[in-house]
Amino acid sequence: MSVDSILVLGVNHKTAPVEVREQLAFTSDPEAPFKNLKEVPGCSEFCFLSTCNRVEVIFSSNTQDETIRHIKKFLFAGSDVNESDIDKFTYLHRGKEAVTHLYRVASSLDSMVVGEPQILGQLKDAYRESSNRQCTGVILNRLLHRAFSVAKRIRTETNIGGNAVSISYAAVELARKIFGDLKEKKVLLVGAGEMAELAAEHLVNQGISEVIVANRTLERAVKLAKRFNGTAVGLEELHAQMELVDIMVSSTGASGLILHQKDVKPIMRRRKNRPLFLIDIAVPRDLDPKINDLDNIYLYDIDDLSHVVESNKSEREQEARQAERIVAEETLKFLQWIEDMQLTPTITALRRKADFIAQAELVKTLGSFDFSAKERKSIEKMTEAIINKLLHDPILFLKKNHNPEDKSNKLDVTRKIFGLNQDLNENQGKDQQEPLDIRF
Amino acid sequence: MLFSLTFALYFVATGTYITFFVTQKKKIRSSARSILLVAGVLHTATFISRYIAAGHTPLTTHHDTISFFAWSMTWAFLSFRWRYEVKNFGTFVSLLILILMIIGAMSSTHIVELPPALQSAWLPVHASIAILAYGFLAMAFCGGLMYLLQERELKKKRFGLFYTRLPSLDSLDNLIQHCVAIGFPLLTMGIITGSFWAKQAWGSYWHWDPKETWSLITWFLYAALLHQRFVSGWRGRRGAILAIIGFAAVLFTLWGVPFLLPGEHSYVR
Repeated sequence: MSVDSILVLGVNHKTAPVEVREQLAFTSDPEAPFKNLKEVPGCSEFCFLSTCNRVEVIFSSNTQDETIRHIKKFLFAGSDVNESDIDKFTYLHRGKEAVTHLYRVASSLDSMVVGEPQILGQLKDAYRESSNRQCTGVILNRLLHRAFSVAKRIRTETNIGGNAVSISYAAVELARKIFGDLKEKKVLLVGAGEMAELAAEHLVNQGISEVIVANRTLERAVKLAKRFNGTAVGLEELHAQMELVDIMVSSTGASGLILHQKDVKPIMRRRKNRPLFLIDIAVPRDLDPKINDLDNIYLYDIDDLSHVVESNKSEREQEARQAERIVAEETLKFLQWIEDMQLTPTITALRRKADFIAQAELVKTLGSFDFSAKERKSIEKMTEAIINKLLHDPILFLKKNHNPEDKSNKLDVTRKIFGLNQDLNENQGKDQQEPLDIRF
Repeated sequence: MLFSLTFALYFVATGTYITFFVTQKKKIRSSARSILLVAGVLHTATFISRYIAAGHTPLTTHHDTISFFAWSMTWAFLSFRWRYEVKNFGTFVSLLILILMIIGAMSSTHIVELPPALQSAWLPVHASIAILAYGFLAMAFCGGLMYLLQERELKKKRFGLFYTRLPSLDSLDNLIQHCVAIGFPLLTMGIITGSFWAKQAWGSYWHWDPKETWSLITWFLYAALLHQRFVSGWRGRRGAILAIIGFAAVLFTLWGVPFLLPGEHSYVR
């Protein structure tokens, strides 16, 4: 078995437009993909991943061309894409590239929004689905578990998931930079639209203690306030309420400004200058931009927030470069593991282990009795003979001409039975260094 | 010798803190903290040896005063650090400590005999309390600086080096408040003990020499900061600016006065 038997075939948001991807969504019968892929000739192991941005099959095969053709056929079976166009939309990674690709997917480097956290969960689900149906084997079990720990490593070592890349989350982050802890803070929603609701939801999740809704029609205000266990007030109470709250989200449909700088000045005085964070997500704007010039007031409109989101995105790209380095490093580690899995090292390790045990026992026995040189010799000979006869069948079993699918299983079983790689117990999915030497 | 070693350690600690500031790797921060702690301990040893060498509290020369200033900042910071977690505060504080140490290193370490007028038990009490107060006020200054940097990025909506690295405005505001709340009573006590000493040395509690005047000005600045905060809510930006102005007055009292406006308080040179 070699690393070149690992392949990834699929489509994603980069290679295929949504019109194509949506035709590949396998939503009707969740069992169908597994059933179909199991029948693909030469496909010894596979994992099937389907999200809104990608559909891909990670598989292991030694009769590649035929397997690839079948998998392509399977992917595009329900679509109207011409057979000749299929290659245009798909990507195929083999061996080292396949490992790198999977690691990049898992750690969200290949995502539409780089660093978004969902993909790892989706990949984990996909793996569980596949392994529950016995579709994965030694290689893919190992590969996917590695992929999960690589993703985790990248999350902890880089800041790839660090800054907010959505408007409402950016607002929450800003609020944190102003107030620190958001507990005990109050938010005033001006206007009861959908955007206000979304922003409030984020803020409440961060521990905001009280929500007050001010709206032109009190009825809608009451309805929204109820959702957050808050209170509803009329729009005419705006100024009075602004003295009490810490954050205000404005999203009215008013055609002009509803709050001017001169209105806010006395309010700040009455607030004793406690900081106030104003978020204006209305278009046209509700709040006078000049309000931002006042001390201890931070006014962000929708463009400001979008700008924050954009700059966070570019920062993520920088972090992504560091993440790519980790992926490259981890890919090499995996290749090393594959190499370790090969036949010869296993046999050597087996012999070495037996020799090691025999030598240790010999020293013990020969040391505690007074043997003559001749007796020593024959005891040593006997030990050697036992080893050889005992190992004869396992080695034969390993060497016996086997079909490629069984080979990796055999190696794995042998390694497990003889304890040649305690560290490689992938069922535990532990994040460990690959043993480059054989441990006893 | 000890001083040079302490100085070198402060230098390394500051360098490490700045590295942490840029890279934000937690391991670097913990080593920076340890180095600063060792530097602080060594600095204490430096003082003891100076005390033995001089035979009196070594707070009369410019070198010793500055060095003690740095020492009080270090320990004020370390004692603070165990109580509050303020992101990247160490970088700013250690930088200021290093600057003080550089100034200290450049001034003469020569020990001068104390004139009889100044030999009094009030000397160590007055000078150490006053400079300890400066240590906390210096930290308030660092907090004020950080506040203004963070506030600037939030207002301008351009997020550069500081936005992610500095803590929230609220915690910086609290930091300034805490530092001034400790520094101000100490400053008050420094002035009171000073006047007792003046009574003993020159016969009157207060005779308006420039240093006394400037201490009083400093005291009023900080008193105003605290008063305005409680009464009319001078928090945030104004508090930060006042903490910086107050510290400028501290520095002037410490340096400007003895060099520009000679009076009884001039250091023994």
